[in-house]
Amino acid sequence: MPELLSVKNLKIEATSYPPGEPPKVVTLVEGVSFDLEKGKVLGLIGESGAGKSTIGLSALAYGRGGCRITGGEVLLNGKDILKLDRSGINAVRGCHVCYVAQSAAAAFNPAHKLGDQVIEASLRHGLMTREEARKRALYLFRVLGLPDPETFGDRYPHQVSGGQLQRAMTAMALCPNPELIVFDEPTTALDVTTQIDVLAAIKHAIEETHTAALYITHDLAVVAQISDDIMVLRHGKTVEYGTTKQVIEAPKEDYTRALVSVRQTRRDEAADQSGTLLEIEHVHAAYGNGFKVLHDVSMHLPKGQTLAIVGESGSGKSTLARVITGLLPPTEGRITFDGTELPKALKGRTHEHLRRIQMIYQMADTAMNPRQTVRNIVGRPLSFYFGMHGAQKTERVKELLDQIEMGSRFLDRYPAELSGGQKQRVAIARALAAKPELILCDEPTSALDPLVAEGILNLLLKLQEETAVSYVFITHDIAIVRAIADSVAVMHRGRLVRFGPKSKVLSPPFDDYTDLLLKSVPEMEIGWLEKVLKTRRMASAGN
Amino acid sequence: MESGPITGPVLTDAAAGETPLRPADLSGVPAKPNPAVATGEIGGTFWRRFIFRRPLAALILQRLGLSVGLLFAVSLMIFGGIEALPGDFATTYLGQSATPQAVENIRRDLGLDRPWSERYLDWLGGAVQGDFGTSWASKNSVSEQIGNRLGNSLFLAFFAALISVPLAVGLGMLAVQFRNRMPDKIINVISLAAISLPEFFIGYLLIMFFAVKWGVATFPATVYDSMSFAERLSAIALPVATLVLVVLAHMMRMTRAAILNVMSSAYVETAELKGLGTFRIIARHAAPNAVAPVINVIALNLAYLVVGVVVVEVVFVYPGMGQYMVDAVTVRDMPVVQACGLIFAAFYIFLNMAADILAILANPRLRHPR
Repeated sequence: MPELLSVKNLKIEATSYPPGEPPKVVTLVEGVSFDLEKGKVLGLIGESGAGKSTIGLSALAYGRGGCRITGGEVLLNGKDILKLDRSGINAVRGCHVCYVAQSAAAAFNPAHKLGDQVIEASLRHGLMTREEARKRALYLFRVLGLPDPETFGDRYPHQVSGGQLQRAMTAMALCPNPELIVFDEPTTALDVTTQIDVLAAIKHAIEETHTAALYITHDLAVVAQISDDIMVLRHGKTVEYGTTKQVIEAPKEDYTRALVSVRQTRRDEAADQSGTLLEIEHVHAAYGNGFKVLHDVSMHLPKGQTLAIVGESGSGKSTLARVITGLLPPTEGRITFDGTELPKALKGRTHEHLRRIQMIYQMADTAMNPRQTVRNIVGRPLSFYFGMHGAQKTERVKELLDQIEMGSRFLDRYPAELSGGQKQRVAIARALAAKPELILCDEPTSALDPLVAEGILNLLLKLQEETAVSYVFITHDIAIVRAIADSVAVMHRGRLVRFGPKSKVLSPPFDDYTDLLLKSVPEMEIGWLEKVLKTRRMASAGN
Repeated sequence: MESGPITGPVLTDAAAGETPLRPADLSGVPAKPNPAVATGEIGGTFWRRFIFRRPLAALILQRLGLSVGLLFAVSLMIFGGIEALPGDFATTYLGQSATPQAVENIRRDLGLDRPWSERYLDWLGGAVQGDFGTSWASKNSVSEQIGNRLGNSLFLAFFAALISVPLAVGLGMLAVQFRNRMPDKIINVISLAAISLPEFFIGYLLIMFFAVKWGVATFPATVYDSMSFAERLSAIALPVATLVLVVLAHMMRMTRAAILNVMSSAYVETAELKGLGTFRIIARHAAPNAVAPVINVIALNLAYLVVGVVVVEVVFVYPGMGQYMVDAVTVRDMPVVQACGLIFAAFYIFLNMAADILAILANPRLRHPR
């Protein structure tokens, strides 16, 4: 039987225009080959820049933003789609092969109803009548577990949640009954509890309709649940290609082994609970329009330890950080820092208050002035808080750069000349420069690739040992909590659900929400998804 | 003594000053109403609740209120500006025989000896009721004279808009479909040429070819009450063609830019990956989201059609508002200048307000709140 999709020796290039230099041709993907049978799922996995999306889009003969497919063959049912003309390729797209984008929020047209967009391709390709397409959409909305499937299609994209949009996007791809769907990180932008629903819905829908899929992700644990084969990519080349079982359980290459073992940093919680640094008591907070975002939140953090705040987006965890810094004064409650109460608003705080609490942000990119060198970025708090200047300041900046394992050769680099991980390290150095007692880390690793994120976490742990600094670590990733926290606060919809030492919070008996949160985190184990869904079904049957 | 039409440039400055602001202003229409800003302006919990429940109605009411406020501010500026002009009607009118006594007499007759605040309130009170006083030069009612002239100007502007707007949007979409290929380049070059030539030059060119050489068009474009509708249309053919050529390029290029901007969005990629044809992608997926900036530039050009036709009216000897105002400025006939200024400003503000409101209505997030 011929393969459904057979990619042979694919080569993709793009032209880059570095400022002040002649244009360069960059090879993004080289020598990639794979086969996909009908109804099977192939997972493409790798870090950002590995060329996964570019390869995925080649199955639709599409090059994004100046990418060109310059070599190889993409055979769909034995026919090379790269050789088709414009109308030939249009007959393949949206009919035989469909695409699910990472950000459904951006991929849906804001001006049209969801239902119309879901059935558009089926109608345009003349695959079914409007009535048939509507029925199929309704069926798919049901299969994908969307609320009120009858009226769901009448809504506009901004009227439904992110998880629902992602499922609607899957419905849009499934609607024309394609032979192949390319899923491009369909769950990456979602919360864990939502991710598992979408993942289950996608898996169910693929099985139900016998559609083959290319599943692109950077999360090996996710791809382990859904794919039959896995291809590991790095820098546009194949690292390892095999069945899911073989890649997960017996990886051959070092890189794959590193990916599989990435979540294994562990740290035991500190036993010593003496000397409270930060105490948050009955804090309430609201936005300017009166919308309440925090309800009666209390927690505390001992000196030299790490408090992890976990929750989904919208749980109020970042807001809590803004309240601690004084950017958003609480409407009620008090915050005590090292024995004295902090003035509520930023304006009322002294220089010294500001120095002792520093922040690290999720997007190091936007948190640094792109027109300042590393020397200026890290040096600024030195002159601001300690009045340092000249050689003394440079010396201290060098020390800090050594501390973050980067070294003085980065002194005169601009942020644009640094990688994502290096930028985050510079942001950490900037926070350290103030000699703070508390650093608020707002998802500092969630925009980074797993191996890089691991490096940042290890650095933070090392710095804590050296300087006895305390961290409030905001994250949605339970694995990180396990790795670095001493105490944990679980937040949900602006309320504190659970708080205590890590060992207590993360072990049973659980409250409902913490249970859901913990069980939603994908584990690198084949069949984990089925197991979770089964226990869930049993639980709901028992109710 | 100075004798140039100083009011002219002042007005067009106000118009030109607004131009670069428009696109930014419209893109700033909030996706969600910002209650903090709105309450800051109007205050009160009722308004706050109203904004929350009926964001669309609240935004539109806000725009209406702003427009009225703006019109008052403009009336004050027009009056103050004319007050501050050197020279006055009396000295211009009397010319050589301007003895201090004669000047004083005329000033008293016209009520110019009263304090300016009193005269302003008088004038504004009348203007609100549609009475702009009496022309100093002709002693006729300003409102009556303007009534005729405004009708003529609107007649001209209406037909220019009727032709130029669909043409501009159509050409803009065509240019996008053939982006960077021959049709796009031709459209671009021609529109650039049209936008670069001053309107009087285009007007004279058209007169030379269509009226003088080939004799197919009517010149001058003067219209009379006794003319039939068909005669009027034939009379205004050349001025309309001139106006269309002048405003077309701006609207066309803006349409093209707005659609191209939308074409790089993720949802257009989605449409491409559905295998849709280029035309359907442009018309169904790009155009509805490019509407807001396009409406804006259309409104701006419509305002120009009404307000900025002065030169075209003069070239074609067309009895519209523009010509009337220019005549009044040269003799310092202040009631007429003030009335024309206020009406032009009202048109400008009204059209921009309409553009804002349409852009708000075009935003699905505001039309269909959660």
